[in-house]
Amino acid sequence: MLLRATLINIELLFALLLLGLLLGTVVALLQVYGGRFAGTLAAGYAWVFRSIPALVLLFLFYFGPSEFGVNIPPFIAATLALGIRSSAYQSQIFRGAIQAIPQGQMMAARSMGMSRLQAIITIIIPQALRLSLAGWSNEFSSVVKDTTLAYVVGLNEVLRHARIIMDRHYELAMLAYLAVAVIFFVLTYSGNRSLGWLEGRLRIPGLEMKGGTQNK
Amino acid sequence: MSLLKAENIHKRYGKEEVLRGVSLELERGETMVVIGPSGTGKSTFLRCINQLTPPDKGRVWLDGVEVTHPKCNINRLRAQMGFVFQDFNLFSHLNTLRNVSIGLIKVKGIRKEDARKLAMKELERVGLDDKIDAYPAQLSGGQQQRVSIARALAMEPKLILFDEPTSALDPELIGEVLEVMIKLAKDGMTMLVVTHEMGFARAVADEIVFMEHGVVVEQGNPQQMFSAPEHPRTGEFLNKITELYGETE
Amino acid sequence: MVFDVTWLPQLTQGLLLTLQITTTCIAMGIVLGILLALGRVYGNRLISTPCSIYIQIFRGTPLLVQLLMVYYGLPSWGIYPSAFVSGVLALGLNTGAYQAEYLRGAIQAVKQGQLMAARAIGMSLPQAIRYIVLPQAFRIVIPSWSNELILMVKYSSIVFSVTLLDLMGVGKRIAARNFRYFEVFVVVALFYLVLVFIISQLLRLLEHRARIPGLGEHAEQR
Repeated sequence: MLLRATLINIELLFALLLLGLLLGTVVALLQVYGGRFAGTLAAGYAWVFRSIPALVLLFLFYFGPSEFGVNIPPFIAATLALGIRSSAYQSQIFRGAIQAIPQGQMMAARSMGMSRLQAIITIIIPQALRLSLAGWSNEFSSVVKDTTLAYVVGLNEVLRHARIIMDRHYELAMLAYLAVAVIFFVLTYSGNRSLGWLEGRLRIPGLEMKGGTQNK
Repeated sequence: MSLLKAENIHKRYGKEEVLRGVSLELERGETMVVIGPSGTGKSTFLRCINQLTPPDKGRVWLDGVEVTHPKCNINRLRAQMGFVFQDFNLFSHLNTLRNVSIGLIKVKGIRKEDARKLAMKELERVGLDDKIDAYPAQLSGGQQQRVSIARALAMEPKLILFDEPTSALDPELIGEVLEVMIKLAKDGMTMLVVTHEMGFARAVADEIVFMEHGVVVEQGNPQQMFSAPEHPRTGEFLNKITELYGETE
Repeated sequence: MVFDVTWLPQLTQGLLLTLQITTTCIAMGIVLGILLALGRVYGNRLISTPCSIYIQIFRGTPLLVQLLMVYYGLPSWGIYPSAFVSGVLALGLNTGAYQAEYLRGAIQAVKQGQLMAARAIGMSLPQAIRYIVLPQAFRIVIPSWSNELILMVKYSSIVFSVTLLDLMGVGKRIAARNFRYFEVFVVVALFYLVLVFIISQLLRLLEHRARIPGLGEHAEQR
């Protein structure tokens, strides 16, 4: 039963990571190539959503709208809150990757006659994506654990189920939580392993970078 | 009794035996220079002497005390042996004065004030008393190496081991370090030096040792080694080196 | 949308508790982190393996789960920690694991030669670690530890789920009573933003003060 609930966590995980990836990429590109105004805006966005605790965001997205009569289901609220937060972190990873690409790449592309947009799409982004992998897998393993926070907005995920077990069978409390801990340990571990494998497959000799962020 | 005695030193790294039975004896006040092609274990041998790299087989004595003995107080013995590294290895977070005095304070237990004075004396000796507040990253390579010699000297060691002290230096900076070393030799310090600097060897070595493939091929005084070496390899090597590095005085 | 200004003092109280919890758990984390890192780098198999296992467990499982295990789980085994103790304990044990990893990386970033030189002048291993390796490692680890501190400020908010009235807890209480979630939590968010900003600036100052002249991004290494 706990395991079935874990599926919700995994669904949330992929949903928010996807949102984070899409938004994060846009923000990163804006920050690097967007010029003064857009760039500062993007940087501000990233800073704000990295500095606000995940829980506060969750509350804002779930309970906030209900004040105005809009009811957002827990799953959507959680995806939005955690996804936007992740996008802030991912934008920094991606930005770092973009900036790690030697200037010469862009120069070579432009001197062939590519427009800025073309150069970004065909030359910069593919390289930046590869460079981001290391930082991205860091983000992944952090975010896996963050899905448990959705418990506070009533999402029917694994931690909530553990709570239910605890309410019914008090003595099993510790075991229930231990089980959850083990589940996540396995999730994190296998996630990391898969990403490591992916990184190995996609590796291009000579193209490497360090980086990363941390969530709990 | 010789000051330093190494007997049958063996050291293996994985499959490769880097040192295959090296024995040497060093008398008080003697300057011994070890030469040979790179990778033949010369540096490893030096590190075996002060046990930074413990040998697999063989024994070492410093002034009659066995360094390789499992029960010996290695820290106390190391304090009696100075070691100058190819990469200087000055303590990056300490300024020059502290680099030289920290050993005195922490290892020998000397009071801070007295340690400072001793450190200043040694820094004067190597010509760097005007740089006491500088940090290693602010000094040139030659200056860093001279500080590291001062650091070794401050401990008042019985002998000093030099591991290719000038190999990491720009050519213009080599001279200032060699100058200090020559002065030390002339002042009577016992020195065991691994180096490619033939001019130095010629000028102050009492004995030259040629090592290759982990063994001592030949040893003798400079005249004999340079003009009439017994072993053909010795002659080959010396010729090549003198061609490459030229003669420095 | 109405925000009652009388809520501000309450929120400030909550903020103080947040600060209290954060500083206590960070202090705990630093001590634990140093012990674990030293154990992992310099300890023999008997010491380094448990340290490694501990670190992996606490970094591989969610913080919220760890907190709930302490507060709800332990009682089912007969131990009844208070909310405050649970919060600080869980947070402290968790951050200790992360700090240990950062410090371990920093220790291993200190060049081998530094330790060799220290031993060559006769320092014992403990002396060399204490006077030569750690001072350098601490400087290297400052950025990571600063990051961790800020992270902990934000994650301390989870203690509201075990009834503690930190900034988050107070926010929730006020919001629930007055059904003004949006306004209250926007203000709570602002509180955190300002807090994070101030702490970041302070940490940057610290990093600057600890800098060794010549060392750093523009230093030349031979």
